Amino acid sequence: MVFPEQVDWRSARAITATIVLAVLALVPVVAIALDQAFYITLAARIVIFALGACALNLVLGYGGLVSFGHALYVGLGAYAVGIMAFHGMTNGWLHLAVTLALCGVIGWITGLICLRCQGIGFIMITLAFAQMFYFLGVSLKQYGGDDGMQVASRSDFAPLSIEGNAALYYFALALLFATLYLSWRLVHARFGRVLRAAKSNARRMRVLGFPILRYQVTAYVVSGCLCGIAGLLLANLTRFASPAYAYWTVSGDLVVMVMLGGIATVVGPVIGAAVYVILETVVAGYTEHWMIITGPVIVLIALLARRGLYGFVLR
Amino acid sequence: MTWELLLVQSLNGLQYGVLLFLLAAGLTLVLGIMNFVNLAHASLYMMGAYLGAAAFAKTGSFLVAGAAAVLGTLAIGLIVERTTLLAFYARDHLDQVLATFGLILFFNELVRVIWGAQSVYMRPPQGFTGTVDLLGATYPSYRFLVIVAGLAVALALYVLIHHTRVGMLIRAGASNPRMVSVLGVNIRLLNSLLFGLSAALAGLSGLMAAPILAVQPGMGDNVLIVVLVVIVIGGIGSIRGAFFGALIVGVVDTVGRTYLPLILRQVAERSVADAAGPALASMLIFIFMAAVLALRPQGLFPARR
Amino acid sequence: MMVRSKLFGFIAAVALATSAAAQQPLKIGFIGELSGPQGALGQDQYDAFMLVVERNGGKLGGVPMEIIKEDTQLKPEVANQVIDKLIEKDKVPIIAGVTFSNVFMAVYKKVVDSKVFIISSNAGPSPIAGAQCSPYAFLVNNQNDERAEVVGKYAADKGYKRVYAMAPNYQAGKDFIAGFKRFYKQPLIEEVYTPLNQLDFQAELAQLAAAKPDAVYAFYPGGLGIQFVRQWRQSGLADKLPLLTSSTVDGITLPALQEAALGVIHGSPWSPELDFPENRRFVAEFEKKYNRVPSEYAATSYDSALLLDSAIAKVKGNVANKEAFRAALKAADFRSVRGKFRFNHNQAPIQDFYAFVVVKNPQGRYTYQELAKPLPDHADSYASQCPMK
Repeated sequence: MVFPEQVDWRSARAITATIVLAVLALVPVVAIALDQAFYITLAARIVIFALGACALNLVLGYGGLVSFGHALYVGLGAYAVGIMAFHGMTNGWLHLAVTLALCGVIGWITGLICLRCQGIGFIMITLAFAQMFYFLGVSLKQYGGDDGMQVASRSDFAPLSIEGNAALYYFALALLFATLYLSWRLVHARFGRVLRAAKSNARRMRVLGFPILRYQVTAYVVSGCLCGIAGLLLANLTRFASPAYAYWTVSGDLVVMVMLGGIATVVGPVIGAAVYVILETVVAGYTEHWMIITGPVIVLIALLARRGLYGFVLR
Repeated sequence: MTWELLLVQSLNGLQYGVLLFLLAAGLTLVLGIMNFVNLAHASLYMMGAYLGAAAFAKTGSFLVAGAAAVLGTLAIGLIVERTTLLAFYARDHLDQVLATFGLILFFNELVRVIWGAQSVYMRPPQGFTGTVDLLGATYPSYRFLVIVAGLAVALALYVLIHHTRVGMLIRAGASNPRMVSVLGVNIRLLNSLLFGLSAALAGLSGLMAAPILAVQPGMGDNVLIVVLVVIVIGGIGSIRGAFFGALIVGVVDTVGRTYLPLILRQVAERSVADAAGPALASMLIFIFMAAVLALRPQGLFPARR
Repeated sequence: MMVRSKLFGFIAAVALATSAAAQQPLKIGFIGELSGPQGALGQDQYDAFMLVVERNGGKLGGVPMEIIKEDTQLKPEVANQVIDKLIEKDKVPIIAGVTFSNVFMAVYKKVVDSKVFIISSNAGPSPIAGAQCSPYAFLVNNQNDERAEVVGKYAADKGYKRVYAMAPNYQAGKDFIAGFKRFYKQPLIEEVYTPLNQLDFQAELAQLAAAKPDAVYAFYPGGLGIQFVRQWRQSGLADKLPLLTSSTVDGITLPALQEAALGVIHGSPWSPELDFPENRRFVAEFEKKYNRVPSEYAATSYDSALLLDSAIAKVKGNVANKEAFRAALKAADFRSVRGKFRFNHNQAPIQDFYAFVVVKNPQGRYTYQELAKPLPDHADSYASQCPMK
């Protein structure tokens, strides 16, 4: 079965989701037609952060685990590309494999450690691991330290080439679509149902005999790997890898994107990422002091739209 | 390494720890008793620094600057609490994080609008621009003032918490908030009082840090993380935990920053050691916190339940 | 007669067309650190640049200008985004400003690969003067090391034996200390590099005192300089040791430091007291317009605006002809506030360098007094590594 549940194509939810995805698919076409190639770069940023936010949504939205440390995986992906390119290894498939392996292993180890804590403890320890990686990056002077490192050329995904911005964009978009589909299926499968049940009442699930920890660690690892892919794409887009990609405020940005868009919805994080990046880039172009408006807007959204912008649409 | 150097570095660690304590004390009380995650604490610290620097520039009097910083942040804290935060007390932590994050953005921009994007510099008060002699080591007198003032405030807090009626209510609230309100205490008033106290302490910390650091938009964002680490290490809701946690973090970071590069130089090339040293020293704090969370998740000095 | 009127009409049309073409505003991207402790540097650069533009009625070289100001926030990853926007969205042919070396290095490749001219009026990292030089990059200030080289020569001339050096841990910091050593020619007793965003030097100053040097060399630009010199004074070391500096007590930090900076030695190619006609004009106009004394960041930015003014005029606004524009820039046909100014083959300047000391002048203002000119007509030490002609 391609679709895990009956989809009512005329519902507000389906229409919104379709519109969002269609717009994303058409951006490069429109941008090139208007000779505004710069907007492809902007849209690519949105897509990459949307991927990261969707990844985070798996553990945050569906799993109820507030991770403030997902920037760690963004950093891992970016540095996998950066360091390997530095040493002459430019094969994109290799970059991807290394990123997934690295994020998988580190996600598994840190997941096991972090999940021993709850509440504020979990938040802080996930943050701690990300900060540790940040400081590690800063200390590696041979890889640029806190000035970051240039990535000479984009990953070589032969037979595909992502040298051109439009090509990179569609590559990232394809990965985003794949992630969305994966999320959708996971969430509606038994795995997802157990995870969501654990979010609302972990004690009951344990009593019923479910090995909650195993499910949570798995979700955490998958989430980390997907975030790592976002990091790989980010390093390719900017041709730059920096410890700043792993700084805690990036984790915070991802959390805000997930919440803005709508927790525990598949497409929500995409909307959240789009709104956040657009606010940051486009509005900032108009007025230097955009954050004086954005700040209270975020407060209002937290107050009123309890399930994020997408959740607003769903009601 | 001479003993004199070690003494001076320890004093530096103490001074950093004292500033952290002022911030951590307020945050841990609000988190522990009101169960409210207040990221905007960083903004209150920043406002304290700005208000203090502005008052000092206008009047030249450190006391006036102090009053401006403390009373100013108290006022701002109470206004923000009454208008915005009240709506979030019942919400889950995630909503509180989002809302207070929005507040941080707002305040960072506000100071940029009022005072500009560049840094503001504040001199130490008259009479404290020199050095004092301590056991053979020379130490800047202003930093010594910071240590003394910080310890005095810590003592005052201790007296407040353990020897007054209000303090008793605060301690009771830390152990069992529901019981306290059932017993007829005006919880709303207590919460406002608590929040005000927390804001005033943050403002004081900002003022005292201003002559040492640069007063700039976003100055609280980096400190916020360290403060969260301090309260996790110390134990949420515990003033004692905040005190010892802050001192530990302050000393470990400062002493580590100086001695780690020296140790690393034995095994690595100089510029690598000099870059890695401070970075690893900063990592040390997080590793320590992770260890505490693993072995004693309630913190080193948890509030008694 | 009809022929004559047709001719007149033709000439008028051509004149109109060329002037219309010349009247398209030319976009220049101005990047700099405009916020945080280093914000004052970028702001001085911008203000001085705009002084020239506005004095000319919004034009440089007779061409109306659109100056797009962008803040790089001293963050290389932000700088990358800013440059992307300037080059791809705004399609600027020229980038000016450029405060910090690490930001410059982060965006350098993208800029020169896109064949965009970058005229840096402050940062002068050694790779760009040397092995990685490009026809599209011009350093109007100096190569970073040179400000340190003059202080090193001064220290050697004064006979100091135990010198302790401190700088922030980034490209310029390393360049400065390397430059000092190159002309001091003796080993330093210690070199300390602090993290770029570290504002509290208490720990390092304690170690410095313990090492008992006979002179200290420091490089801490902008806000870092204010913090360093203040803490230096508060530690009591100012009365015991000479402090030799580059870019640490400058026009930005002096007004904040005031008496704390007295007696500090400062190596530079410029001071507001230099008696050249263009310098006198610049200092007077800047003070009148902005109500503050210009710093060397403003002075070199002013020079870069004059450079662009002369070069754009030479190519009559046609900066798309890269060869011609480059030649026009290289000619450096303008009156500099530093007196003598010409470009070396690596497109970094050859100029005089002085050692100044901070004094309080009879009017009660803190300024510099010239102590010596250790390096007259000095070229940078990396020019030989640059293969350009």
